[in-house]
Amino acid sequence: MRDRYALALGDDALILAQRLGEWVARAPELEEDVALANIALDLLGQARSLLTYAGELEGAGRDEDALAYWRDDRDFRNVLLVELPGGDFAVTMARQLVFAAYQYELYDRLRASTDDTLAAVAGKAVKEVHYHRDHATQWVLRLGDGTDESHRRMAAGLETVWPYVDELFEPFDGADVDPAALREPWQAYVGAVLAEAGLEPPATGQHRTGGRRGLHTEHLGYLLAEMQHLHRSHPGATW
Amino acid sequence: MAGTEEREAAFYAIIDADGRIEPRDDMPEAYRRTLVRQIAQHAHSEIIGMQPEGNWISRAPSLRRKAILLAKVQDEAGHGLYLYAAAETLGVSRDQLLELLHARKQKYSSIFNYPTLTWADVGAIGWLVDGAAITNQVPLTRCSYGPYARAMVRICKEESFHQRQGFEALLTLTRGTPAQKAMAQDALDRWWYPSLAMFGPPDTGEQASGGHTEQSMRWGIKRFTNDELRQRFVDMTVPQSQVLGLTIPDPDLRWNEERGHYDFTPPDYDELFRVIKGDGPCNAQRLAHRVAAHEDGAWVREAAAAYAAKKQEVAA
Amino acid sequence: MTSQWPLWEVFVRAKRGLSHIHVGSLHAPDAAMAVRNARDVYTRRGEGVSIWVVPSDQITASSPDEKDAFFDPAGDKVYRHPTFYEVPAEAKHL
Ligand SMILES: [Fe+2]
Ligand SMILES: [Fe+2]
Repeated sequence: MRDRYALALGDDALILAQRLGEWVARAPELEEDVALANIALDLLGQARSLLTYAGELEGAGRDEDALAYWRDDRDFRNVLLVELPGGDFAVTMARQLVFAAYQYELYDRLRASTDDTLAAVAGKAVKEVHYHRDHATQWVLRLGDGTDESHRRMAAGLETVWPYVDELFEPFDGADVDPAALREPWQAYVGAVLAEAGLEPPATGQHRTGGRRGLHTEHLGYLLAEMQHLHRSHPGATW
Repeated sequence: MAGTEEREAAFYAIIDADGRIEPRDDMPEAYRRTLVRQIAQHAHSEIIGMQPEGNWISRAPSLRRKAILLAKVQDEAGHGLYLYAAAETLGVSRDQLLELLHARKQKYSSIFNYPTLTWADVGAIGWLVDGAAITNQVPLTRCSYGPYARAMVRICKEESFHQRQGFEALLTLTRGTPAQKAMAQDALDRWWYPSLAMFGPPDTGEQASGGHTEQSMRWGIKRFTNDELRQRFVDMTVPQSQVLGLTIPDPDLRWNEERGHYDFTPPDYDELFRVIKGDGPCNAQRLAHRVAAHEDGAWVREAAAAYAAKKQEVAA
Repeated sequence: MTSQWPLWEVFVRAKRGLSHIHVGSLHAPDAAMAVRNARDVYTRRGEGVSIWVVPSDQITASSPDEKDAFFDPAGDKVYRHPTFYEVPAEAKHL
């Protein structure tokens, strides 16, 4: 049970790191290139710890790379939100705000887990995602309350990611932290940021879900094809 | 106010004493212009250089390598940033310099116009390209212009990790499967001569870079000639290639007891000039990528500036 | 409207007990972003425990034209330095 929980959280971090890595050499300014790479590196670090631990719990001899590179998309357990294409900077920041705010509440509670490894990972990660949440907050404020164009794009970015919000808070068997309990503090934080930015939470009637059960969007297959192809082309090789 | 001659004498007194010129000091206009060009070209190289390696972040063959590569490419963004800041102390803005880059009016290192075709290219770049860059840059930590020298100190500290990770990545390949070893050799075959060309045209002969070197040395913004640095790089790299078990693609490469250096075949300088002029495999692609990133980001930069202006108005 | 963000000077305290030292500069739209960017750009190898950012155009510097008048007069005040004074070797802790 717990191995599936560690795997799900690890997959979330891994897939989002992969998406953020796409911004390298494409960011709006050099300073932002450096900032986004830092966030991607934090997430990648979390992914590696969590996947390694998931492999240990599973006891089948799979390490972080076996789990990252040798599973097909039906076996990935990340939420759909993190696999969506990066879109423009506003879509990326909308996702960052939504996801970092969620991860912050999650890791903050996971620190108290009876599982020492998960508690330790959470203890380190909570500081990292605190910064990620702050980074996204700064940008949502500036884009929401910047120019007409940035406001329009930021609102559109929220529209894009909002159908994927509910999935974050769905029940998960064997979770150390009940996802449903994160909704209220998440709402309080994100709601306040949007209000200050002059943005409305989109009134979407859509609720996309399935990632935790391995039912993904079409986007994940392409992401994995790119991420995995070299590793899989040389079975058994060391890198 | 001192007269022009007196000012010039004061400038050269500092240079001759191996002192450092600082931003608000008097300096000959030609010194300032040469520095702006050199630092800008260096900064452009750092940020264009993010692309060939960034090309492999999504496909890195292990999560450990992915993290290393991401951190390395991120460092290059930082290097560009430090260098643009050093250039800005000479009275040009980053925006102006980027405009010149985008309009092809300023150059960047020819090496980044070659494609990264396999994973081994990432290792080869770290080992050879960062290695060549370090050879070029270490003497610049003692360059006469203070802000440039200080930027180089910071950069050189970070570069040593770059070269080592590249070497380690290649070593892993050469100790791996036959396919991996072949990949490593293929990368060395393709990157060797372009890396030698990074040191620029030869000191003598038809293709020599007429007179620039002498003037730059007088000003303390270049400490060694192109050929001296190229030789230093070859002497350092050949023994490393032996540790890797790879063959440098030069049948005439051999130790010259008398000179105390390796003899080697120089790179094809005509090719170097062609690539610098824009006719390399990836020139168009690299520049298009850079311009697109800049243009796609314009609305973000504008939004942040507008937000800051609004907040200032409220505060005032 | 120009969207070139202003330049900021960055000062980092490497560890407790040391002064903030100038480490470089960067561009940022405002102070809040400048201090965050400084964290990412200048402390990603654990180089600091505290950061200051100052708009570059807010720094008032002594003029290089007056540097003789500013700094030369301090050059001959040798009596300000402890090595100016000769004391017998047997006098300890001076
Ligand atoms: Fe660099
Ligand atoms: Fe480098």
